[in-house]
Amino acid sequence: MTHTDWPLWEVFVRSRRGLSHTHAGSLHAPDAELALRNARDLYTRRGEGVSIWVVPSSAITASSPDEKDPFFEPAADKPYRHPTFYEIPEGVQHL
Amino acid sequence: MATAAARDTAGGPTAYDAPAGPGDTDAFQRAFDAAVAADERIEPRDWMPDAYRATLVRQIAQHAHSEIIGMQPEANWITRAPSLRRKAILMAKVQDEAGHGLYLYSAAETLGVSRDELLDKLHAGRQKYSSIFNYPTLTWADVGAIGWLVDGAAITNQVPLCRCSYGPYARAMVRICKEESFHQRQGYELLLALSKGTPEQHAMAQDAVDRWWWPSLMMFGPPDDESQHSAQSMAWKIKRHSNDELRQRFVDICVPQAESLGLTLPDPDLRWNEERGHYDFGAIDWSEFWDVLKGDGPCNEQRLSRRRQAHEEGAWVREAAAAHAAKHSNDETGATRA
Amino acid sequence: MTTTPAADTVPTAAALALGDDALVLSHRLGEWAGHAPVLEEEVALANIALDLLGQARVLLSMAGDEDELAFLREERAFRNLQLVEQPNGDFAHTIARQLYFSVYQHLLHDRLASGDGPFAPLAGKAVKEAAYHRDHAEQWTLRLGDGTDESHARMQRAVDALWRFTGEMFQPVEGLDGIDWPGLERAWLDAVQDVLGRATLTPPEGPRSGAWRAGAGRQGLHTEPFGRMLAEMQHLHRSHPGATW
Repeated sequence: MTHTDWPLWEVFVRSRRGLSHTHAGSLHAPDAELALRNARDLYTRRGEGVSIWVVPSSAITASSPDEKDPFFEPAADKPYRHPTFYEIPEGVQHL
Repeated sequence: MATAAARDTAGGPTAYDAPAGPGDTDAFQRAFDAAVAADERIEPRDWMPDAYRATLVRQIAQHAHSEIIGMQPEANWITRAPSLRRKAILMAKVQDEAGHGLYLYSAAETLGVSRDELLDKLHAGRQKYSSIFNYPTLTWADVGAIGWLVDGAAITNQVPLCRCSYGPYARAMVRICKEESFHQRQGYELLLALSKGTPEQHAMAQDAVDRWWWPSLMMFGPPDDESQHSAQSMAWKIKRHSNDELRQRFVDICVPQAESLGLTLPDPDLRWNEERGHYDFGAIDWSEFWDVLKGDGPCNEQRLSRRRQAHEEGAWVREAAAAHAAKHSNDETGATRA
Repeated sequence: MTTTPAADTVPTAAALALGDDALVLSHRLGEWAGHAPVLEEEVALANIALDLLGQARVLLSMAGDEDELAFLREERAFRNLQLVEQPNGDFAHTIARQLYFSVYQHLLHDRLASGDGPFAPLAGKAVKEAAYHRDHAEQWTLRLGDGTDESHARMQRAVDALWRFTGEMFQPVEGLDGIDWPGLERAWLDAVQDVLGRATLTPPEGPRSGAWRAGAGRQGLHTEPFGRMLAEMQHLHRSHPGATW
């Protein structure tokens, strides 16, 4: 069997100006230029985008589920970071 | 679809976290069970039972294969579409199927298999695709019947998959279901035009519905008591409804739609059951289902050999692009070093 | 039923020429559905085919009823270039055909879009589509030409084989006023030779049109494969006279 050996790319699409790029999916392509074009053909054929990023999947470093607790739990007990933590007297405006 | 985070595929699509040691498996299993019970999504790098992973790979691959094999019976009519409007619609639909195959292969790749591996298995006959595509498209009306009935049955099956416990599969299905609704509607509209057209066109539409009705009902799989994978898949929330439940839902939807089309469904036992609140329907010929599944359908050999041929004939193109990319990246690396 | 449209108004002849090019090439690309070399390319080829079909529908509607024109005209009434009716062949032939045609179409629509003639609105949209088609063809020409030995040989054969259909593109089309055809031809040759050179291919040197004096596609004279293509395309429509679909 012959294999393509085309690497996997992750595709990020900006759906409208003013919004950030969002992960849309992935695809295979031999190089970045074709990855971009394949992404355009596949992920924006219903007018879903105004800008595209493609990134080799192998270039993404992800946090590990094993490290979920040390990574994310410490942020859960700091309610003072959120505006709802603070009590403001009634009638005070523009705060 | 909510903002889907970048896929957790650091180190490539085959990387996933195995349990650290045998002693930890129970803890991982408990965490997995709790996540499924709480209707949370399982994501690629989460620990998951081997059997869950294997079931997903089998199901997603089969689904992806169905999309790309399913291009053939409809592509059969692109060059003969009877109006330019219909031709554009059909080309866009067949294109969508290629796209859906791509979304699904990508979802499968998050489980540590490559698309090439899956295609090899398809070509070798070691993984299946939906048997429905082993039936021939003999007339233009078949394009309509596939849209209305086959895509209709697929949607009935697929909508619950948007809530499947495996995140990448569920997200692919959300995108697919959005696009599929156009497929079903165009099929219905096509049949309606034929049904209201000349007597010859009407007969063509009726003939297509006669041939596609029963195979469509078989698309939901064997009855619940004979379905080998169903119970475990329901427990894992890969599947949300039983085969028979979805089949009944489909029949209930189709009967009034057929009436509006002015076409009949080829089942003398089809009638409303007041007590059940559902339509009763006749017995399905499961021997035909198993025959087609085992390879004795009208087009099994044709579909698979065409697919293999396309893959083999495309090999030199894929190799050329890979070779070009290798040359190009070497050039760049050289320049950077200099 | 003969439905050759009245070609007495000038834009009709031009609308048919441009519309038939788009219709016929779209049909050929549609034949790829289900067996492109890779799944991503299925989607790409279908996008190009759909753009072309959209253009064809606008252009044919300027000349009459789009379906009557597509499905009920005889072969001799079609005004497309012989280039676009050539069979797909291998992927290299398809790409060579795309390269030759999309560079031409891009340059032509660019000129039409900047004018104020009846085709300016259509050309304004089509020029963007053609730019993408051209880019697609160029990208693949580079990869096939400068890929493996096999792909290089196939691509060279393809550009050579289709070369003799390229001269016809620069015969003036009746009704397309203000086009500097020799200038268009020079721009086309420069662009194509540039891509072929970068793709390590040898630009063909043979004649760019046949020795036969009878004419070519723009005069309604076509090559053998076209009759078969039309037979397939028109059969169903013609089998049900007067039916709506």
